[in-house]
Amino acid sequence: MDILNAFVALLNFVIIPATAYGSQLALGALGVTLIYGILRFSNFAHGDTMAFGAMVTILFTWAFQAMGLSISPLPTALLALPIGIAFTAGMMLLTDKWVYRFYRKQKAKPIILVMVSLGVMFVLNGIVRVIIGVDEQQFNDGERFIIKAGDFKKMTGLDEGLAFKTSQGLTIIVTIIAVIALFWFLNRTRTGKSMRAYSDNEDLALLSGINPEKVVRVTWILAAILATTAGVLYGLDKAFKPFTYFQLLLPIFASAIVGGLGNPLGAIAGGYVIAFSEVMLTYAWKKVATYVLPESLAPDGLVQLLSTDYKFAVSFAILVIVLIFKPTGLFKGKSV
Amino acid sequence: MKKLLLASAATMLAPAAMAEDIKLGVLLGFTGPIESMAVNMGAGAELAIQEVSESGALLDGSTVTPVRGDSTCIDAAAATAAAERLITSDGVNGIVGAACSGVTGAVLQNVARPNGMVMISPSATSPALSTAEDDGLFFRTPPSDARQGVVMAEILNEKGVGEVALTYTNNDYGKGLADSFQAAFEGLGGTVTIVAAHEDDKADYSAEVGALASAGGEVLVVAGYADRGGAGIVRASIDTGAFETFHFPDGMVSDATVEKFGSEVDGSAGQLPGSDSPGAEKFAEVVGDAFDPTSIFAGESYDAAALIMLAMQAAGSSDPKVYKDKVMDVANAPGEQILPGELAKGLEILAGGGEIDYVGATAVEFIGGGESAGNFREVVVQDGKFETVGYR
Repeated sequence: MDILNAFVALLNFVIIPATAYGSQLALGALGVTLIYGILRFSNFAHGDTMAFGAMVTILFTWAFQAMGLSISPLPTALLALPIGIAFTAGMMLLTDKWVYRFYRKQKAKPIILVMVSLGVMFVLNGIVRVIIGVDEQQFNDGERFIIKAGDFKKMTGLDEGLAFKTSQGLTIIVTIIAVIALFWFLNRTRTGKSMRAYSDNEDLALLSGINPEKVVRVTWILAAILATTAGVLYGLDKAFKPFTYFQLLLPIFASAIVGGLGNPLGAIAGGYVIAFSEVMLTYAWKKVATYVLPESLAPDGLVQLLSTDYKFAVSFAILVIVLIFKPTGLFKGKSV
Repeated sequence: MKKLLLASAATMLAPAAMAEDIKLGVLLGFTGPIESMAVNMGAGAELAIQEVSESGALLDGSTVTPVRGDSTCIDAAAATAAAERLITSDGVNGIVGAACSGVTGAVLQNVARPNGMVMISPSATSPALSTAEDDGLFFRTPPSDARQGVVMAEILNEKGVGEVALTYTNNDYGKGLADSFQAAFEGLGGTVTIVAAHEDDKADYSAEVGALASAGGEVLVVAGYADRGGAGIVRASIDTGAFETFHFPDGMVSDATVEKFGSEVDGSAGQLPGSDSPGAEKFAEVVGDAFDPTSIFAGESYDAAALIMLAMQAAGSSDPKVYKDKVMDVANAPGEQILPGELAKGLEILAGGGEIDYVGATAVEFIGGGESAGNFREVVVQDGKFETVGYR
């Protein structure tokens, strides 16, 4: 029984939240890594692209709610997600046409493109705030829980509760689907293959007749799908607030770099590494230890490796260590 | 200096003889980070000055004029220079200010103490000022930040809560509140199982909530902000079943909290600055449409200026070295209670040798080294709403 309690406590406070958070990071990091691999620059506007996609989705969610449309017990936002993706893709294609293409034609250095994306980030930042405001928005209207902590306790008779939110379940499932679909697309379809070819060697790809503009367009659309999905899932799980998407950028980049920039598999692994290390190293193991260890060995202290103040230090320490010993990331990406 | 000595000697010898033109410095952060608050703070102080001056009741018909100085809030050198100017060039008899804690400390040590000038700050709340050397010259009308920690510890202790987990937003406000609360609560025999900082506006709070839940406690004290990290912590705590009851200091007692959590946080409690004294209402009446009377620290500014002038009257002198000893007397009981708009009445009672207890807009009550004890409104969440249960 004690072992079970320990396991449930661990599941409730470490494994489930870290998996959900890791999935959100992984989806974000996939978008960043895709753009880095194919367009060869770090897209700082990615966080705000997520905010933009989530914003459009929220607006349509409200419209659907007003019209009485719903897919209860799932949140209405899922219904609005495709529209959000369409708008975001359109926005990104326009940005590419108006901004990035100019620099691409000039064969501008990657660092210039990074600065350009920084500019795009600030513009998006402003647009989102003008349209929806700076406040927090709650738009999760479906059933909130798959398992509630209190119900679980009653059901099993354990001392520890287990909560599993619908948004967490959705996040994990959607991430798995998105990753499978992305890999299928990149490895099995003609367009996906031409994207990989373009990423590996631009000149050779051009010589073999691959249309670069098409590759770029598809990349932006894929990035829009990933960013909007990640943004909406994050908003469903926590809450939508423009500023937090900007804050999300750092852990997303950390994930992408730890995994290896340009490598989709690495982005996913990186997301989970960052999320789990943040939660596990700052978790107070007292409760779990008290259940598992014999009474005489039960700890008095919190058994906490690091105080929660150092949560962010953890992900960046991992980042630094990886860059020192494996500059291309855990999975062979491009060196930064 | 000679003139000043002569003048003060003269006023002391013949307190009933001459009407002066008294000048009061209004040294606030008119430019800088709190410039938006300073507008109404300055107006509040000047309102009290005008009220007294027009009554003609102060020191046999003396008039009072305000002289503004800019303390900038962040630039200690500029604030010190402005205070020097007020004293040496304008010849003020007292200073309402300064506005922010850092510059207030600088002005106090570099200008007020060497010149023997009385300062009453309407908005410096740093606990450090409670213990600063002040030669009895420094007072403040808002409570020290540390005060709320003590009040919060008392509330929890009286409810019989023995073990709490504590999380705070990682800035001066959160840290100061958490430190003072922890010290006070442990002093009352309680246990704080864990003190975990959280950053505002971060993507995820599972790490913090995991650590808090593992440490345990009957109540989670959230010294954070209702529309930022504090809400994230509360949300995750409720969702994972880590905590069911919370205690909210002022940053969390807001509409945002009940809008988000509603009856999910029923039974939680909190406190925020506030009093049931009729002063605030009266102050609003006196202000009328001149400015926003509920604007933060406007009432405190009115009270700071009023206290200086009432102390002058009680001492029968506008010399800061003389009237500084009377500030505590006029602020505290015993005596007739004086509300905003009744300054003339207070002055007359004092002139007649009576005693007053200045209540003012913010229910002023000085403790210790001349700072406000602060009044706190205790609330609990019932049916998804904050309900007031008392004042302390």
